[in-house]
Amino acid sequence: MIPFDYRRAEDAASAVALVTGHPEAAFLAGGTNLVDRMKLGVAEPAMLVDISRLPLDTVDVQADGRVRIGTNVRNADLAANTHIRLRYPALSQALLAGASGQLRNLATTGGNLLQRTRCVYFQNPSTPCNKREPGTGCSAVDGYTRYHAILGASEDCVATHPSDMAVALAALDAAVVVLGPGGERVIPVSDFHRLPGTEPQLDTVLAHGELVTAVELPPAPPRSAYRKVRDRASYAFALVSVAAALELEDDDAAVPVIRDVRIALGGVAHKPWRALQAEAVLRGAEATDANFRAAADAELRQARPLGDNGFKLPMVRNTLAAVLRDLTGVPAPDAGAAGTDHPEGPDGPRGTGWEDTTP
Amino acid sequence: MTNLIPASAIGTAYERLDGELKVTGTAPYAYEQPVERPLHLYPVLSTIARGTVERVDTAEAEAVPGVLTVLTPETAPRLADTSDRELAVLQDSTVGYRGQIVAAVLAETPETARQAADLVRVRYAAEPFSAHLRADDPALYAPEELNAGTPTDSSQGDVEAAFETAALTIEQTYSTPAEHNNPLEPHATVAQWDGTLLTLWDSTQGVHAVKGTLAQVLGLEEEQVRVIAPHVGGGFGSKGMPHVHVVMAALAAQCTEGRPVKFPVSRQHMYSLTSHRTPTIQRIRLGAADDGRLTAMSLDIVEHTSRIKEFAEQTPAPFRMMYASPNRRTTTRLAPLDIPVPSWMRAPGECPGMFGPEVAMDELAAAAGLDPIELRRRNEPETDPETGKPWSSRHLMECFDLGAERFGWDRRVTRPRSVQEDGWLVGMGTASAVYPFMRQPSNTARISYEQDGIYSVQIGAADIGTGAWTALTQIAADALRVPIDRVRLGIGDTRFPAASVAGGSSGTASWGGTIIAAAHAFRADHGEHPSPGAATEADAPEDPEAQDFALYSFGAHFAEVRISADTGEIRVPRMLGVFSPGRIINPRTARSQFLGGMTMGLGMALHEQSILDPRFGIFVNHDLAEYHIPTSADVLDMDAVWIEDVDEHAGPLGARGIGEIGIVGSAAAIANAAYNASGIRVRDLPLTPDKFLA
Repeated sequence: MIPFDYRRAEDAASAVALVTGHPEAAFLAGGTNLVDRMKLGVAEPAMLVDISRLPLDTVDVQADGRVRIGTNVRNADLAANTHIRLRYPALSQALLAGASGQLRNLATTGGNLLQRTRCVYFQNPSTPCNKREPGTGCSAVDGYTRYHAILGASEDCVATHPSDMAVALAALDAAVVVLGPGGERVIPVSDFHRLPGTEPQLDTVLAHGELVTAVELPPAPPRSAYRKVRDRASYAFALVSVAAALELEDDDAAVPVIRDVRIALGGVAHKPWRALQAEAVLRGAEATDANFRAAADAELRQARPLGDNGFKLPMVRNTLAAVLRDLTGVPAPDAGAAGTDHPEGPDGPRGTGWEDTTP
Repeated sequence: MTNLIPASAIGTAYERLDGELKVTGTAPYAYEQPVERPLHLYPVLSTIARGTVERVDTAEAEAVPGVLTVLTPETAPRLADTSDRELAVLQDSTVGYRGQIVAAVLAETPETARQAADLVRVRYAAEPFSAHLRADDPALYAPEELNAGTPTDSSQGDVEAAFETAALTIEQTYSTPAEHNNPLEPHATVAQWDGTLLTLWDSTQGVHAVKGTLAQVLGLEEEQVRVIAPHVGGGFGSKGMPHVHVVMAALAAQCTEGRPVKFPVSRQHMYSLTSHRTPTIQRIRLGAADDGRLTAMSLDIVEHTSRIKEFAEQTPAPFRMMYASPNRRTTTRLAPLDIPVPSWMRAPGECPGMFGPEVAMDELAAAAGLDPIELRRRNEPETDPETGKPWSSRHLMECFDLGAERFGWDRRVTRPRSVQEDGWLVGMGTASAVYPFMRQPSNTARISYEQDGIYSVQIGAADIGTGAWTALTQIAADALRVPIDRVRLGIGDTRFPAASVAGGSSGTASWGGTIIAAAHAFRADHGEHPSPGAATEADAPEDPEAQDFALYSFGAHFAEVRISADTGEIRVPRMLGVFSPGRIINPRTARSQFLGGMTMGLGMALHEQSILDPRFGIFVNHDLAEYHIPTSADVLDMDAVWIEDVDEHAGPLGARGIGEIGIVGSAAAIANAAYNASGIRVRDLPLTPDKFLA
């Protein structure tokens, strides 16, 4: 821990000015991730500018159906907001799938977007990490990669973005409102986070001193949902998650046709991963389990699994199909619960593939 | 047979006597003990796994205002005994594992100590190292003996011949990962040295064990060490013997002119400093006749140990005594690695040692076309297969039968992957549990009559969250034949007479038996109407007859498992444990112990694994966000019951201990249920969703 200055912002503009004027300053809101990183020696800001008391903490439903979420709205409050729960269930479900009750009471909307990867090497200053210390190398790429990327990674970084909320926002086509020294700009959420490339130290497109002031949702899609797959029932980061927003041509059709769909994947990339290939397969297609799986396969064609995370391919495929089935009312195929007479029996194990991934 | 003490308070479900202190946050744990003007210690840990420290540059750290000193291998005081290399902190420049203490900052505040520790520059000469457990490691060796004096290998009959001719055979390899104890209260020591007396407020499972070890290591007389630990927030074995942080705090206290030193071990630092459970690789062969009766059993185990200090977990112990078979063999081999020192974790030996074998029994049941309970019934041994001694009390099948009835075992569909509900594959599984009865010598209790009917009962025991404060008070009350509010118990301080460690599920029987002996002696010395100040001390009673019996607790676990057909996510909606532990002192705290063990078994089954990165020699998932234990959402309908059973050969209490049996076998029951649900046999813990993806 290193001593640091603490300033309480008077308003958004002065907060931006304070951070812009100090190359080692950082904004502090809920602190649920930044303070952890400071304790771990991963972040060493010389100055914290506390924006948590700024009145950017309302959820405003506008006349045109858009919703503006202030950056300081707490995750717990946003998840419980009636309009969000009813009209944007994917967002509420994603928020409630994240962290723990205590953390959600503190964590803010802007902070959730800006949380950093929990890659175990990033979080351990005694190991090399290009994201923490550019040029030192990536410890993860040949290391423990259960929670790491299968899409869009580079040889310099295979970390995943940990947010659930941001995955839902990507499927909902949200935008991030940012205030900088030169004024306000609006960034589509899918363009807000970066892929690692050769500069994995940069998580987002924000310039130093730019402050997230709000998140804007377009009018609600007819159907949306979020599903997170994790190693325990609560308080674990996603192995894989799927957010989907969907509109059918005819809600009452026996085999409905998908008019529009947006899909985002979590736990698989350095950013919430918009599954554009899958969306292209599904737009105009019939809502069937086979089409859902074909869409997943189209997306996963570009996947590059690492040593420990090849399982994410079938996990994405199955979870994406399950979410889309739930959203469209397509029944589940027989999951094979027809009984099996000791597939391994005394003759030896069935190859499940996972044996090789045990460290 | 000993004379069992009549029960009055014993067997009553008193609430914890220390409960109010704990829920109001006023029970003082080690770090919270009030001391004057403490200094705060923060360690600098090695960033190489093997080699030497060439130079420690402390100038920058010592320049930070509020820093008293930085101790290094060059400047730290010398220990008297450095033979235990785990404890020989800062005594030379060698590095035996990554995460070893190579310097320590003493400062006026914890923040300053931590800041300065970041500024200590250490230059190393690194050497090649090994931190990867492999079953084919050419360095594997046979230790002289395993933990608790268990023989390394065992052999009866001719396993090879019997296996070759067996009608049914199972030949598989199972594995359990490294695990960390992770008690809720991290290890912490506060040390004060006044020139003649060393006082340690320590989070420990045994104050006298700490006293003895520290006196030896520091070269002090035992009377010069006092250890205090009235309340301990769990240990699960990792506080059973002092680890390096205790010596570090004591050493630092010699450099502060009498000021106390506080050393709270951080959660992350616990992963290298305060021990872990070894991973195990278990190669199992079972041979049986058509009717399921075992004819051959062998178990070959590979575990790791630290090169600087051997710990050999007694993983084959339960395999040797659990089932009848004329031909049997076990071996245990260790891979010496350049890693932190492994040690005890809840039910060392029995816990990992009942995973592979109990899954193998499930596989054999399937191969034989038998219900898993029936298979075990057919292999019940009349006497201990290992020693030939008669059982003092073996009620394994009663546990299964009661459990089967309560759990609804008859609703289990034998054919795997046959039941699906709402996208979840559903199954049931079962497994045996066992834990040996241990009663420790080296216990003494002191009883004195204060006045107004109040008896002081003192023994240097420990309550690590088990309920010992309450149970020992109940035992003392019955032994003295007074109501429990007449007993003023003293534990957790070496000013009280010597007591053994809270480990091996031996505490209540060992300390309680000694309290009973002291109460009898007190009444013999002073009668029913003693004078104020009347006092008697007595040692643990001898019980030579116990040597003639095989004394074990048994149990049966039942689990229902649901596995998502889509995602592989696994949930355990129901668990039931049925135990035969001898007499229960306090049903309330006993149930809590059983459920705690089962919950830890649930974590072992589904979640827990310490990931050792062999390139660095560190456990990379070193916090409670990345090292998963069950959350409340994972622990659903869980119940524990027991068979009323007083063991006449288990001392005057007739109680065999309950702290560990709850974890033993529970992971196997869940793995067996997962197979029944999914048709996928997972032999490597933990049972994570990826292993069930179709």
